[in-house]
Amino acid sequence: MPYEDVNSKKQIIYPYIPNSVPEIKQQMLEEIGAQRVEALFEEIPERLRFRGRMNLPKPYLSEYALMRHVESILAQNKTCKEYLNFRGAGCYQHHVPAVCDEVNQRAEFLTAYAGEPYDDHGRFQALFESASMMGELLDMDAVNVPTYDGYQAAATAIRMAARVTGRTEVLIPRTINPDKLSKIEDYGKPDLCIKHVDHHPDTGQMDLEALSALMSNRVAAVYFENPTFLGFIETQGREIADAAHRHEAQCVVGVDPISLGILSPPSHYGADIVCGDLQPLGIHMNYGGGHSGFIATRDEEKYVMEYPSRLFGIAPTRVEGEYGFGDVAYERTSFAVREEGKEWVGTASALWGITAGVYLALMGPQGMQDIGRGIMERTAYAIKRFAELRDVRCPVFEAPHFKEFVVDFSVTGRTVKDINRALMAQEIFGGLDLTGRFPELNNSALFCVTEVHTKEDIDRAARVMEEVLK
Amino acid sequence: MKNITAHRYHNGTPHLRRFHQARWDEPVVFELSREGQRGVLVPEVEAGIRAEVGDVLNTLPETMRRKEPPKLPQLSQAQVLRHYLRLSQENLGADLNIDVGQGTCTMKYSPKINDQLARSSKVTALHPLQDEETVQGILEVMHGFEQALKEISGMHRFSLQPGAGSAAIYTNAAIIRAYHEAQGRGKRKDEILTTIFSHPSNGACAKAAGFKVITLYPDEADGYPGFDALKAAVSERTAGLMITNPEDTGIYNPKIDAFVKLVHEAGGLCAYDQANANGILGITRAADAGFDLCHFNLHKTFSTPHGCGGPGSGVVGVTEGLARFLPVPLVDFDGKKYHLNYDLPDSIGKIGPFHGVAPVILKAYAWVMSLGAAGLREVAEIAVLNNNYLLKKILEIQGVSAPYANGKRRIEQVRYSWKELTDETGVHSDELGIRAADFGVHYWTSHHPFVVPEPCTLEPTESYSKAELDEYAAILAHVAKEAYETPEVVKTAPHNSTIHTIDHAPLDDPSQWAMTWRAYLRKTQKGRDEGAAG
Repeated sequence: MPYEDVNSKKQIIYPYIPNSVPEIKQQMLEEIGAQRVEALFEEIPERLRFRGRMNLPKPYLSEYALMRHVESILAQNKTCKEYLNFRGAGCYQHHVPAVCDEVNQRAEFLTAYAGEPYDDHGRFQALFESASMMGELLDMDAVNVPTYDGYQAAATAIRMAARVTGRTEVLIPRTINPDKLSKIEDYGKPDLCIKHVDHHPDTGQMDLEALSALMSNRVAAVYFENPTFLGFIETQGREIADAAHRHEAQCVVGVDPISLGILSPPSHYGADIVCGDLQPLGIHMNYGGGHSGFIATRDEEKYVMEYPSRLFGIAPTRVEGEYGFGDVAYERTSFAVREEGKEWVGTASALWGITAGVYLALMGPQGMQDIGRGIMERTAYAIKRFAELRDVRCPVFEAPHFKEFVVDFSVTGRTVKDINRALMAQEIFGGLDLTGRFPELNNSALFCVTEVHTKEDIDRAARVMEEVLK
Repeated sequence: MKNITAHRYHNGTPHLRRFHQARWDEPVVFELSREGQRGVLVPEVEAGIRAEVGDVLNTLPETMRRKEPPKLPQLSQAQVLRHYLRLSQENLGADLNIDVGQGTCTMKYSPKINDQLARSSKVTALHPLQDEETVQGILEVMHGFEQALKEISGMHRFSLQPGAGSAAIYTNAAIIRAYHEAQGRGKRKDEILTTIFSHPSNGACAKAAGFKVITLYPDEADGYPGFDALKAAVSERTAGLMITNPEDTGIYNPKIDAFVKLVHEAGGLCAYDQANANGILGITRAADAGFDLCHFNLHKTFSTPHGCGGPGSGVVGVTEGLARFLPVPLVDFDGKKYHLNYDLPDSIGKIGPFHGVAPVILKAYAWVMSLGAAGLREVAEIAVLNNNYLLKKILEIQGVSAPYANGKRRIEQVRYSWKELTDETGVHSDELGIRAADFGVHYWTSHHPFVVPEPCTLEPTESYSKAELDEYAAILAHVAKEAYETPEVVKTAPHNSTIHTIDHAPLDDPSQWAMTWRAYLRKTQKGRDEGAAG
């Protein structure tokens, strides 16, 4: 890459920097009584000054040249529009309705930040509505302005449970996403002790006896997910919640919101705190950069006061019939009281929160039922189809599945790598290789099927695998 | 033809805008619902699939099947679009206003070309777990951007994973904790020092990571803590210093290297919160003051749009000795191909999912590539010139002052005080801000606590023209004049906004607050019944 010519003396007027025009610069310097711009940095001592030159590539000064440069780099990527994708594992390829992108590209939303309700009424209302629609989906009354992602939402939900109970132990099944567990472990270090609950190897379901043996009055929360990271549904939600409640512990459930048109919301089987990621709801995968974490509880002060997030509430104005919105219980946040607040709050993922609201408003109750059922049907079909492959065990867990399932290739004589290489040759991204992620699932793969997959897509992947396994 | 233009100026100066914010009086989305309407249809399942799998819902136990559909609103597509476009119009983005009133947040121009590039399906349609060979483009962007960050900061390696600035601050705290644990003195090193004019998250994230927090207050004259104050706070318990410089006052602490040295001598690490880096790009670097860690907010210094409060991105840079603690994976380059490196046995693990906020990283990369080294320095120089120019204009207004460091130059922003105006008129800073909204600009007080009384923080960045800075100053001058002459006009503001003064009391009352429409309906049921009866 060509590096910038240090000796170039050409005067550049930067389109993003209006006052880079020399005459304007001079006029402003005169007004403030400075000879040179350099003089404005007089408070930074010489010994701290960087007198070298940043070794950066020569800039692409014209917009066209910049576009050519970036597009030429991006052209190397092979996308899930070009390839047929079966990878999920926390980031999901769903259809993004055009209106979702239309709204989140609006400059008023895209470039706003922290305006007051009098500048940014629209942002407050849109985020209140997103929380409200999530509240309907989850059947819960309190929902946050989203945090960064589902990992943070889970980690915070668990710490909220620890504060609510004043306890430290957290029970988590081993079937959780190891990366999410890594986040929870790091985040829980100061005040949590994480213990793992075993599951039945055949069904993936939590071992209720093992759970019962671990329960005590030290347990703050039992955390599990539905559907689980490995795609099966934990059908004992009620039993798990009851076990937690018998010891006055909290039941915290991570949930994929796109499943909730057909699956029971966790509040119906006893969850106290529900969390998850909004990415499936109208947000592109963005190479993992489209995440947004929600947390929901009942509208009880003991929960509400433990949220670190902002919470937007509805309020009257001095004009009859006019809606206003503002921060609920702001004094609990680190914005108000720094380290005396709950955890912290900052810039997170508000625009994705608005987008998820647009998605739910477009889908409505019928859309959420249709998509949930359709995904479950395609998943069941893919499971059936892949189970026909020679020596393949599919699904590994005997349970109902939603969107994802594990396929075991260990007795086929082929590795997941072999299978995925063959699929890739046919422009298919196969399932995620679980080798090394779960000791008992070596040479198994996690496949993901959504509403974007047709019967022929699934059949085509099956045919390629059939060929390899011959 | 009548000369219209002449009536828009007075002695060559334009009159203030006769602004009015959009007011659609838009209902809450649930009120727009009509039974049966659809906004988007989902792809139908082929008959071949349904024939094979039967009724899948029957495979679910009764307790796992949703009984009633979620009570989401039912709207047709154009209604959804209109609703949200109306809400967008009732929102004042940085693209519309002279957004210098949100100091510390660097509300600069976010170039449209960068947004456009990030909207390419070559970014949006990438799955984060695709094989490396299929994502060489986005990995090249991430790697290239890391090289630029290393030049800008002098640090050794960067993680691009944290979701925004506070997540990066938390990452700094987690690395400090991991470092001391690796030294076998995790228990003894349990205090973090910060300053009151560093972002609140420095204290809050350190606390969340398990540290005790000691906050230093500024010396009355200088505006930053004296060396003696630091000396008194540093002890064998000191795990680290987490500090902004220039602080949120726009005052640069020239003794920062001595601060760093003292903390190092006590065995602590120093983390540089570079949220305020916009005025020092190419002027001074984290490495030059001896910092061990630093972070940048890509949605501040590096121009990416703020998105109503995210997605942003916070990138964490460290010295060579701390690189082993960074979150995984890092992006490596072997001369031919880019790789994701998970092989960091001492890593703090995952801070967020996958590889960070890729579209935001791409926009920041494009921004750096459009400016180069000279351009970045021009950014800093003009941001500082603009700030000192605006400082002069603001100080001409009655009732305002710029506490601390009297007569000295500021870097990229100034924390002002309206104490004199409040004492003389009874009008408070937040009321001035609400009135300023009537003229189409945003104005923010400052982070709490208000150590500077009646504060506001203005940060003009490099993005606004001299005429725009003049307009902002003229608006504040006008509002301040009103405070002296017709204070009730200010105190009853807003007058030209989407809405009128909010009654905040219900928002702090558990029996009234409502974070969702369903909670609102429940809590107002009585009132609604009466309304219906009436």
